[in-house]
Amino acid sequence: MSTVISVESLSKKYIIGHQKQERHDSLRDALADGAKRVAHKLAHPFAAPQNDPTHEEFWALKDVSFDIKQGDRVGIIGRNGAGKSTLLKVLSRITEPTSGKVSIKGRVASLLEVGTGFHPELSGRENIFLNGAILGMSKAEIKKKFDEIVAFAEVEKFLDTPVKRYSSGMYVRLAFAVAAHLEPEILIVDEVLAVGDAQFQKKCMGKMEEVGKEGRTVLFVSHQMAAIQNLCQKVIVLNKGCVNYVGTQLEAVSKYLSLDQVSTESLISRSDRRGTQGMRIVSITFVDHAGREIKSAVSGQELGIRLHFDRSSISNYPKIIASITVKTDLGVPVFLQHNRLGGYQFGPLPSQGFFEFRIPRLPLPPSGYRIAYSLINDGTYIDALSDAAELVVSEGDFFGTGEVPPISHGLSLVDGKWSVQSIQNSQNTWIV
Amino acid sequence: MSTSQTTLVIEAGRTERHYWRDLWRYRELFFFLAWRDILVRYKQTAIGIVWALGRPLLTMIVFTLVFSKLAKLPSGGVPYPILVFAALLPWQFFSSAFSGAGESLVSNAGMISKVYFPRLVIPASAVIVAFADFLISLIIMVGLMIWYGFEPNLRMLTLPLFIFVAFAAAMGTGLWFAALNVKYRDFRIIVPFVVQFGLYISPVGFSSSIVPEKWRLLYSMNPMVGVIDGFRWAILGGNTQLYWPGFLLSLALIFVILVTGILYFRKTEKTFADVI
Repeated sequence: MSTVISVESLSKKYIIGHQKQERHDSLRDALADGAKRVAHKLAHPFAAPQNDPTHEEFWALKDVSFDIKQGDRVGIIGRNGAGKSTLLKVLSRITEPTSGKVSIKGRVASLLEVGTGFHPELSGRENIFLNGAILGMSKAEIKKKFDEIVAFAEVEKFLDTPVKRYSSGMYVRLAFAVAAHLEPEILIVDEVLAVGDAQFQKKCMGKMEEVGKEGRTVLFVSHQMAAIQNLCQKVIVLNKGCVNYVGTQLEAVSKYLSLDQVSTESLISRSDRRGTQGMRIVSITFVDHAGREIKSAVSGQELGIRLHFDRSSISNYPKIIASITVKTDLGVPVFLQHNRLGGYQFGPLPSQGFFEFRIPRLPLPPSGYRIAYSLINDGTYIDALSDAAELVVSEGDFFGTGEVPPISHGLSLVDGKWSVQSIQNSQNTWIV
Repeated sequence: MSTSQTTLVIEAGRTERHYWRDLWRYRELFFFLAWRDILVRYKQTAIGIVWALGRPLLTMIVFTLVFSKLAKLPSGGVPYPILVFAALLPWQFFSSAFSGAGESLVSNAGMISKVYFPRLVIPASAVIVAFADFLISLIIMVGLMIWYGFEPNLRMLTLPLFIFVAFAAAMGTGLWFAALNVKYRDFRIIVPFVVQFGLYISPVGFSSSIVPEKWRLLYSMNPMVGVIDGFRWAILGGNTQLYWPGFLLSLALIFVILVTGILYFRKTEKTFADVI
């Protein structure tokens, strides 16, 4: 099999502005900066150019190299911000790399979003043609596939209705149907399957598999391990813009799990927070039954999760809802807890302190978990972060028998009682 | 599976060798985008396409009243409405093409950040949309000529040439503003201002022959002066003279704007997805 995509030490740099709030430089800034630079040049003609402290370089991709052979179905995995989307954007020529080289043999179609260019005012029929053209199909090609597309999307009855009147499910189905009927030699797909209902997702996966079996090359980015495991023979693991591992999916998935689960920077300096920031969670700690801080927990122990906060707002948020979500390594939510569920109100908050959520008997099987939190007051987010902390749970005696089923058999440990009853004899035999 | 094994190389700073070929390959997209905008424009409007006829017609009536009846400006023996309309044709085409193209990239930001295609397709299709309105306005022009019993002469045959010049002017300025608008949204505010301002400094409501001779060359620094004079020269026939030095100056300026516009657009195009 020949190599169809060859990536050699590809890098992509972004300049991120720090102080400026707005994303677009205004003309005034550009003019003022230009004038300042000229003035500086005139005053100090031999000085080295100044480094602008408000701008910082950020390498979304750094020295990435790999080869993809014809007919390979390759998955790309990595945490948020690992550079997956940037890689796809470079491969699909949307953005230019800063350095490095990519050679691609064959016609590429990339699907970074479902329904790009769909116009809400146009009918389903019109949008099929428009979207097809945007994705690089010719009019003749679209005409040939038109019936197939419509059948796949199951929107026959609404072909002449403006898509703004479509349900969101219909919209997504139609959009995916157009894309699924592209016939490129190389198909690049970004997490588009995370939309639509389960049945349709299945259909999409089937279609993608079909594409792969026809000898076409597929590049597929996803967070859903299950999808990757289903579809791809080969996996590339990206971490912080670098290739961490390339190889078989089994090993790649375990490699992915061993990556730093939670970004190594301390919680306080995380900048991807949501909310008004009138109050911030500055650290998350775990304590045992006696309030001693612990680094990891065991199944069945008493555990307290503390969200330490620092309040800068004048309001003391008496009605705040503090919530935590515990997810597995693979991002599957295990449970959500917040104070309103138990009917508990904190009342006026101090300016510094911590919320504590106490679990009498930790019902989690041994594994790594990620914790997300949010603080909501009167329906507005005050502060929220996902992947805010990592909790490692090791084997513990939850049931008192020394036996704990692994996480692959279920996401939670449930205590209960078993019994057997005979129908003839109404006497109960309890086995505890 | 097709066996067209052309190798595409993506590298930093590499000028796309296949750019113009790609542009040709995406010609259908270009028409689809224009078709979309034309289709969408009059959706959910009660009188639809009548708007395309009504706007220039009303403008013409107002201009005729103000400049001919109130200001008593000379028309050089041509019915004043025809004098005005011959200028309104290129002006309205230019102003809507220019503002359409200027906004086009920003309003299609979603497409730009998600799909590859030669970005030139977007402003170009915006110009085509304006051209569709222009064609509709031509019908009014013909109607007016019949109404006033105005007979054009052979110069009328040169009109496509001047339409081409108007195209170049709209495209050149449109490309400049579209590219600048991606980075500096200030141009979003400048565009309507230029259009409004341009109407006053272009000879739309009056003939440019009323401009004193010694100022005419300076006046032609406005490229639209050349375009409008050209249109009047072709449509109004024997009654108008073309001021050649001014016309050539306008023409040269349009050429410079178009070439630099394409160059600037091509140069900044690669970063559109990153900054839009």
